[in-house]
Amino acid sequence: MNNMKLNLFLLALALLAPTVLYPVFLAKVLCFALFACAFNLLLGFAGLLSFGHAAFLGTGGYVTGYLMINSGLTPEIAIILGTLAGGLLGAIFGKLAVKREGIYFAMVTLALAQLVFFFYLQAPFTNGEDGLQGVPRGALFGLIDLSNNMVMYYFVLTIFVAGYWLINRTVHSPFGQVLKAIRENEDRATSLGYDVNQYKWLAFVISAALAALAGSTKTLVFELASLTDVHWHMSGEVILMTLVGGVGTIFGPLLGAGFIVTMQNYLSGGEMGNYIHIIMGAVFVICVLSFRSGIVGQLMKFKRNNF
Amino acid sequence: MTQPTQDFILETRNLTKAFKGFTAVDDVNLKIQRGDIHALIGPNGAGKTTVFNLLTKFLQPTSGSILFNGDDITPLKPAAIARKGVIRSFQISAVFPHLSVLENVRIALQRKEGNSFHFWRSERILNRLNDKAMALLESVGLETFANSITVDLSYGRKRALEIATTLALEPELMLLDEPTQGMGHEDVGLVSDLIKKVSQERTILMVEHNLHVVSKLADRITVLQRGAILTEGDYASVSADPRVREAYMGTEADDVNAEATAEAAS
Repeated sequence: MNNMKLNLFLLALALLAPTVLYPVFLAKVLCFALFACAFNLLLGFAGLLSFGHAAFLGTGGYVTGYLMINSGLTPEIAIILGTLAGGLLGAIFGKLAVKREGIYFAMVTLALAQLVFFFYLQAPFTNGEDGLQGVPRGALFGLIDLSNNMVMYYFVLTIFVAGYWLINRTVHSPFGQVLKAIRENEDRATSLGYDVNQYKWLAFVISAALAALAGSTKTLVFELASLTDVHWHMSGEVILMTLVGGVGTIFGPLLGAGFIVTMQNYLSGGEMGNYIHIIMGAVFVICVLSFRSGIVGQLMKFKRNNF
Repeated sequence: MTQPTQDFILETRNLTKAFKGFTAVDDVNLKIQRGDIHALIGPNGAGKTTVFNLLTKFLQPTSGSILFNGDDITPLKPAAIARKGVIRSFQISAVFPHLSVLENVRIALQRKEGNSFHFWRSERILNRLNDKAMALLESVGLETFANSITVDLSYGRKRALEIATTLALEPELMLLDEPTQGMGHEDVGLVSDLIKKVSQERTILMVEHNLHVVSKLADRITVLQRGAILTEGDYASVSADPRVREAYMGTEADDVNAEATAEAAS
């Protein structure tokens, strides 16, 4: 099955899913899937491990939440502004971070994201530990009321498809080719005349903006923007989703996000709730020890070897 | 007075690189004649690769300047030097292992298209470069491998691909860092023939350990020792220099010398 067919199949699945499953849960999966795809663009295709992507998810959420509560803007405008805010933050962070490589790049992004976390903790408009509660979903274009969960779900799906399309296009664009070359052999790319830091920077900005798009959307779904989304745990979670699903594959982050979110949802409700971090940790250890290329990477290997 | 610099495509003036307590390159004045194959030789640790890294600005010189076509390029960044037409290779083969052979060459061709930041366009627009890329692959004998993944190529073919990629940029000056290192006899012949062929329209500066290759290819040779220039000249005069024999060639020189003489006679 080629990618196009698989995409259409997944789309059909996503269109029908809310008839069986709770739409808010599905919307949550889509938000995290978009977040993971944005992260994977950077790690999988540019070879850059950011440990601060929560800053962009959270910024999108706070900006959109604040605007929805205070400005009377329609949701699509609030989402666009949240996305731009995340992209702008990414532009600044990226400028500082791409000068460093490997673990140092990760540390710079983590440090900057911690600054952002403490900013949102202290800033008066975020309500500190309480977060922005009761964010109204508003009416799309001033016409379509989003308070119905079913309607909200299809709106989220539309956003997800657009973001997912852009990521795929970026991977398969002239720019994406250069990114892959840089990931493969940075010195060689330089010696061919490419200013590699500018390419890394652009990839960082696109990834940050799309992470903020996911955060903005998530805030509308849950009618809440809170510190959870800017906490470094969140930066770690998106790494987990991407690695479990399969880094550098198109479908990996989708599957990883679905898997982790589902697990969290089902475990946190029951008596297993206290063990959730232990179980997630165990999943991560198993993944790193026995299938490093993730679920999708493993499946692709299996397919290559057996067909 | 001074000679017109235009005769020299590349010139270094008092080029020096000092690491903590150690001068890797010491006051090197190098002049590369346009159209030559110029070889940089010397024992291990003589500073040959450091000179390469300085010329392409992968390292910052401590002092001294670098002139390309008479222009001072000392303050430029590595990518900017590449865009001027000075393209280097590396000691370890510099390919993009998980791209296809064709894509490797296309990456080089793509830069001048000016669409390398276009993330919203399909990569299909790069297909218009395929003919040119194929022609370059043909020139190094790799056309049948165009769709292979590069990592699967033999070492000699990877180096040939590297040369094709470099040629795609139509460099005025090619810097080759040990192009035949770690190769079997057959590959050495293949690559040195290729270097000879591509040298027709351009200048080449190469670091090379294989003296047989140097004797066959180089118009001019500079011998480095402990970071400084020991001597310079054509193969016959350099290999006859007793200081070079002592510093570098030892008894090996006699074999190579005999070989070179035999070849010159044939």
